[in-house]
Amino acid sequence: MTDPHFGYIAASYAIAFAVIAGLILWTALDQRAQRRALAELEARSGRRRSAEGPRP
Amino acid sequence: MALLSAVTSLANPSRFAAFAERLTPWLIGATAVVFAVALYLALVVAPPDYQQGETVRIMFIHVPSAWLAMFAYTLMAIASLGVLIWRHPIADVSAKAAAPLGAAFTFLALATGSLWGKPMWGTWWVWDARLTSFLILFIMYLGLMALRSAIEEPSRAAKACAILTLVGSVNIPIIKFSVDWWNTLHQPASVIRAGKPTMDPSILWPLLIAAVAFTLLFTTLHLVGMRTELLRRRARTLRLTAAAAAPSALAPEPAA
Repeated sequence: MTDPHFGYIAASYAIAFAVIAGLILWTALDQRAQRRALAELEARSGRRRSAEGPRP
Repeated sequence: MALLSAVTSLANPSRFAAFAERLTPWLIGATAVVFAVALYLALVVAPPDYQQGETVRIMFIHVPSAWLAMFAYTLMAIASLGVLIWRHPIADVSAKAAAPLGAAFTFLALATGSLWGKPMWGTWWVWDARLTSFLILFIMYLGLMALRSAIEEPSRAAKACAILTLVGSVNIPIIKFSVDWWNTLHQPASVIRAGKPTMDPSILWPLLIAAVAFTLLFTTLHLVGMRTELLRRRARTLRLTAAAAAPSALAPEPAA
């Protein structure tokens, strides 16, 4: 592509790539963090319940 | 009837999360394939425009981003009705997950529009009705996200954001019809308009495929975002339950 406006086109695609990659990364990391936090909380609440021992 | 009951059953957050989890891998695959095709059509197959030259290739990003920016806000406005009228349990989750995606696509439309405007119009920006109303859309997205993070109680945040979203939804028809109502530097609609699109099929088809690719990407990220939000809310409930069950650190110590 030997267009005089190549820089504008390349910059547009670079920005699109950065924004989309950022969105995908942020979405994936956020989900992983929430899954970990929930697993930890569930494990903790499970430990607490078992520490209370069997109810009469 | 069976379809209606299947759709209404998704109002249950657990069923919705399970449904979204099953659908996500298929959506990721479809997004990757359609994006690859769209990029090939946009960068290799589509010819240079007779007026814009190669710069027309920016349109394959700019137009789908702008469509999705408005689609995401419309989705949030419908979800806001769900929050305020039907108190639908998934509606606020959907609105919250759509806001950052809508903001990102609005930013992308503004940035690529500016990069197209400089070589074609000779300026990065003009305060015409289309560009200004689109900038207002971006500010609305940022305002909604700021409002939500400023209110700690989720049900209060949901109501406040739903009201603000509905107030801001007046901007969507203004964006769409600004090019007809006012004399703008931005060109009038060339695809979604009364009558046939004014674009040549050699450019129209790559544009439509790019729009499908962007829509699939939005759908995938939105579904994953909604599942994440459901996890966040479940974690919050567990934290509150644990805090209520634990002996209070603020309780007065018994007198000696």
